[in-house]
Amino acid sequence: MSTFNGVWVFSENWDLATEMLSKGRELADKLQTELAAIVLGHDIKEQAEDLAVYGADKILTADNPIFKNLQVEPYLGALADLAAKHKPQILLVGSTRRGKELAARLAARLQTGLIPDVVKLEINEEKMLIATRIVYGGNGIAVQTYKAKPQIATVPPRTFEKPKPSDKKAEVVNVEVKLEESKAEVVEVKPVEAAKTRIEEAKIVVCGGRGVNKKEDFKMFEELANLLGGQIGGTRPLAEDRKWFSEWVGLSGKKVKPDLYIGCGISGMIQHVAGIRDSRVIVAINKDPNAAIFEVADYAVVGDIYQIIPALIETLKQTLKR
Amino acid sequence: MPRIIVCLKYAIDVSQIKVDSATRKLLTADAPRKISDFDKNALEEAIRIKEKHGGEVIALTVSSENASSALREALAIGADKAFLVHDSTIQNSDTLVVSQILAEAVKKFGSFDLIICGEASIDSYSGQVGPRLAEILGIPAVTYARKVGLEGDAIIAERSLEDFSEVVKVKMPALLTVTKEINEPRVPTLMDVLKASRKELVKWSLSDLGVLKEKVEAIAVQLLEVSAPKVERKKVRIEGENPKEIADKLVKALIQDGVLGG
Repeated sequence: MSTFNGVWVFSENWDLATEMLSKGRELADKLQTELAAIVLGHDIKEQAEDLAVYGADKILTADNPIFKNLQVEPYLGALADLAAKHKPQILLVGSTRRGKELAARLAARLQTGLIPDVVKLEINEEKMLIATRIVYGGNGIAVQTYKAKPQIATVPPRTFEKPKPSDKKAEVVNVEVKLEESKAEVVEVKPVEAAKTRIEEAKIVVCGGRGVNKKEDFKMFEELANLLGGQIGGTRPLAEDRKWFSEWVGLSGKKVKPDLYIGCGISGMIQHVAGIRDSRVIVAINKDPNAAIFEVADYAVVGDIYQIIPALIETLKQTLKR
Repeated sequence: MPRIIVCLKYAIDVSQIKVDSATRKLLTADAPRKISDFDKNALEEAIRIKEKHGGEVIALTVSSENASSALREALAIGADKAFLVHDSTIQNSDTLVVSQILAEAVKKFGSFDLIICGEASIDSYSGQVGPRLAEILGIPAVTYARKVGLEGDAIIAERSLEDFSEVVKVKMPALLTVTKEINEPRVPTLMDVLKASRKELVKWSLSDLGVLKEKVEAIAVQLLEVSAPKVERKKVRIEGENPKEIADKLVKALIQDGVLGG
């Protein structure tokens, strides 16, 4: 019997913490162990209660103003303390930028391994945790495992589906943790482009390629994107050669992972495809029946974007009205 | 005057990796290497700080490869001294081991004020080594900095986070990781390259640092395999008599897949 037991989930981002609980539940069931969510913050009683219906057995929570500034050291001190006391077997940390730093420093403090930005996590027949992640700028998929415990992984947003709330409610336990002050003084906090979500975060992306004749034609993509609550983007040739945009979607530009990606007049060069690979559903519309993008699409429409897109907008308007 | 250590990874040039078409395995051993892109931003920032405040810039690389050419480049760009910890047994090391070796090298330098790393490496893109190194050395870390300034014995850095940016102040010694937005790395001139050949490039082995073989072998993460990504997509062709029929079918399929949000 291993002395390390239990699966833990932590993120300062509540949505991400909830998403990780679905995978956490699956891992805990396979290992026949407990699933706990760690909730650290100030005035977070409500969040702890909210999280309790998403499949965890326990919520371990510490409420203290020390966590108010979302600085890494207070989280680090608390998690290292809890991990030393309870010895979890697996710890999933939300892969925000804070979370990535936190997980790395926690792994160093606990002298253990961390696999960052996993896209897949599973328990094999020998009960080992196997993690898959993208490496080499999208050119490789690495499968890794651990040789030390706790086994830490960071999980990017929207990697796992948010679980459905259940009737069973986790026990909420208030725990004492070691309080570690942040060594950084926060001078200022400013919101970033609050008006617009970044394309990397968009749930729906409508992207145009060289099949688009002129910049003004992006108006129809904008209309489509607005209808769906999404964002528009372009390929590198439109940005670099035609200078229509300052940024582009692709390996060297912005990597997107929306629920729905609609590629319009895009041939499907490997660099572009690498930037959209994590999309849940890919729709490609192109005149050329042999376009490479059809090989990586869920839905392929061979047709003229100048006919298909307006028809799609019409259909969506009617569908969404209902 | 600050003494700045810049950690440079001699990384695989990801744009030049070839795939074995039969096995789908990546031929990483044959791929050329270079200083990881973000680490060049780290070096540039260190040089800019030195240009303003004086001090010294030390380039440090831990590699299983002979990364002398990369460190010569770092010297040409503007590092004052370069140190290469080279040992072929590092090849299978994970971030736990590499950060421990870096920490031993930093300790051997004696005092320092600032360590600068790139936010992550271009090849493994894990972003762990910087924060791990800070933790081992017991110094504060400021990650994802996109603007940095010195004020007395403190650094003030603007961090780029998801929804907002944050300006923080920490006392040195400290560790910074920088994003590529922080600066545009300079390209050395021929004169710089010539001058660099006279600068000091020191090679250390693991035993010079007192790092035992057992420590190098005590990895916490093991790589099982790396392959080229396979694409698993539905590849359904949506056909119809006219654009409207195609649009209707497509919307229906997307609603079934649950991706239309509403």
